Amino acid sequence: MARRNHPQAPAGQCGPALADPATRLHVVTGKGGTGKSTVSAALALALAADGRRTLLVEVEGRQSIAQLFELEPLPYQELPIARLDCGGTVLALAIDAEAALLEYLDLFYRLGVAGRALRKVGAIDFATTIAPGVRDVLLTGKVKEAVTRAVDGRWVYDAVVLDAPPTGRIGRFLNVTAETARLAKIGPIKSQSEGVAALLRSPRTAVHLVTRLEEMPVQEGTDAMAELKRLGLPAGAIIVNNAWPPVLTEARISNAEIRRGLAAAGLPSDRKTVTGLAREGREHQTRLAVESRLRAELRTADRPVVELPSLPHSGTRTGLEVLATCLRAALHRPEAS
Amino acid sequence: MSADHSASRPPLRLETDAILGDPQTKIIVCCGSGGVGKTTTAAALALRAAELHGRRTVVLTIDPARRLAQSLGLTELDNTPRQVKEIEPAPGTDRAALPPGELHAMMLDMKRTFDEVVLAHTDPRKAAEIFANPFYQAMSATFSGTQEYMAMEKLGQLRSADEWDLIVVDTPPSRSALDFLDAPVRLARFLDGKMLRLLLAPTRAGGHRVFSLVSASFGIFSKAVTRVLGAQLLTDLSGFVGALDSLFGGFRERAERTYRVLQARETVFLVVAAPEPDAIREAVYFAGRLAQDDMPLGGLLLNRVATVTADEISAVDARKAAESLTALDDFTLTGELLGLHASLVEQRDRQLAMTERFLAACPGVPVARIAAQPTDIHDLEGLRAIGAALVPHTGSR
Repeated sequence: MARRNHPQAPAGQCGPALADPATRLHVVTGKGGTGKSTVSAALALALAADGRRTLLVEVEGRQSIAQLFELEPLPYQELPIARLDCGGTVLALAIDAEAALLEYLDLFYRLGVAGRALRKVGAIDFATTIAPGVRDVLLTGKVKEAVTRAVDGRWVYDAVVLDAPPTGRIGRFLNVTAETARLAKIGPIKSQSEGVAALLRSPRTAVHLVTRLEEMPVQEGTDAMAELKRLGLPAGAIIVNNAWPPVLTEARISNAEIRRGLAAAGLPSDRKTVTGLAREGREHQTRLAVESRLRAELRTADRPVVELPSLPHSGTRTGLEVLATCLRAALHRPEAS
Repeated sequence: MSADHSASRPPLRLETDAILGDPQTKIIVCCGSGGVGKTTTAAALALRAAELHGRRTVVLTIDPARRLAQSLGLTELDNTPRQVKEIEPAPGTDRAALPPGELHAMMLDMKRTFDEVVLAHTDPRKAAEIFANPFYQAMSATFSGTQEYMAMEKLGQLRSADEWDLIVVDTPPSRSALDFLDAPVRLARFLDGKMLRLLLAPTRAGGHRVFSLVSASFGIFSKAVTRVLGAQLLTDLSGFVGALDSLFGGFRERAERTYRVLQARETVFLVVAAPEPDAIREAVYFAGRLAQDDMPLGGLLLNRVATVTADEISAVDARKAAESLTALDDFTLTGELLGLHASLVEQRDRQLAMTERFLAACPGVPVARIAAQPTDIHDLEGLRAIGAALVPHTGSR
């Protein structure tokens, strides 16, 4: 029995593990505002435990890794951003589509100087922003390269965590082949995207969904899960972020009772304070009711569900560590009996 | 711990009603990062403009939640404004002095908008040719910037129809919040680039593709394009570009016109954010970018602000009392309520610190806040509540 759960970790200590240990690419999506970048970072930390080496990748040009780890903006380069006490390392890479294209051209066509000429005529702009799909092929192609990179027969990274585009775009982003194969019937772009598609559809990949227990993120999240299924992409876990503490679930809120308690604690028990507390309690119960309905809805997706607590220090390094501890427990948790 | 907010200069209050009621305000653009409640806020503002200020309003939504769309009477994506029937003047409105407004709502259909642009600029035969091109199909349906172009295009159309007192626009959940501002510029840069002309230059000779232009960069260019993309793709692409050629000029001109409208006095940008680190960071970035582009920033709308109704008790006192009451075993209800209260106060203080962070980076930007609603919004009543919950932020509670 793993006993690593953080004291704040709510229910969910048992059940299917967050991911199969063989998973090497963890793709993290979720509606905007659900905290998918934070969860991605925490997952990269969790996977780096026990002396492992993980790579955290961002592709949206937002520099959110730098912000989360309180660093200067990251260049297009794999750099260590965290070393764990247990010997693990997290490296980070902010992929820039333009740089990835130039790198790609250089690698396959030795286009060093000519690359700049391409930029001059607007071809780079075209390829990375206008041409459909090319950008996503480049971004996912770079991810695949990192996942499959090996030195002396050993993987360079034990796991790669991709902070992917939000739910609204995730299907399109990951389903690069369909679009590009239709446009590029032959040629390197086609083989490149086929290679990526094979990795994304293999058991080495899991696409995790981050959500909050609010209607929109859950609706968009379950829609995205269905879309991934349709596209043959391997759905991973559902990670519920920021759940409210499950207190007052059944309580009948009585003003007299509150007054008695406040007096016993030596706190002001005037009418305004009593009704104020009662109102906070009732609004909380309303939220809990919504949350439990949505929790049930998520359960129908038949995926492992992991709940992360709402933190007083969200957005800080300490907050990341707490989330990493919760996720680590979920990676190793026992099956419910 | 909360910072000492009373010491800092109180922020300017964002008076949304003054903006909504000002006949000079013709366009309100709601922007901000994804998941901060932009669509709901846009709909709530539009409803309030119609009901409280008697304006003939249209709200252009991009990707509304199903139930919110239904509440506005939008059951399908049909790209035309539909009148919302159930609007009613606010209680106490003098109907003689203020004739009732109207609310119309529409959902952007980017493919259809693109098709309309094509049809408007070319003859039916050529249009059919464009529609059949795989590049056009991919670009109009899935290209990551199309939504932004088309939102701008639709805004331009609505504005030039000149039949609305007020247009409220929700912006696409972009990769970066700025994509819709950059879209027209990027398009122009693309069109002005040599790339297009180069792609238009190839002619067929003896069944082989030859490029008429002979220059060093071009030789490399054509070789690279052919090698990377493949000849088939190049044929489609060149067909696409050739067919669109006639249309591009008009397209760019319209995008640039809309861009200028956004800089005009009749437009107000409202940055929508939730009081959380990511959203605030985006909001700061956006505010700076609007200033750089000479776009008129009205202020910051903070959504999902925690409300504390038992103000008298501090977080520290509540936490301490919660612990001692729980130990006593006879005061579970009050103990749990005080624990919850402590979390709420801490959350509110964190949010105030976030607001301070925004104001430190963007001094002088007016702020208003909207209290967090315990349930999601999916009817007009809920939208009214949001409009009414909009209060100017004064720095204290």
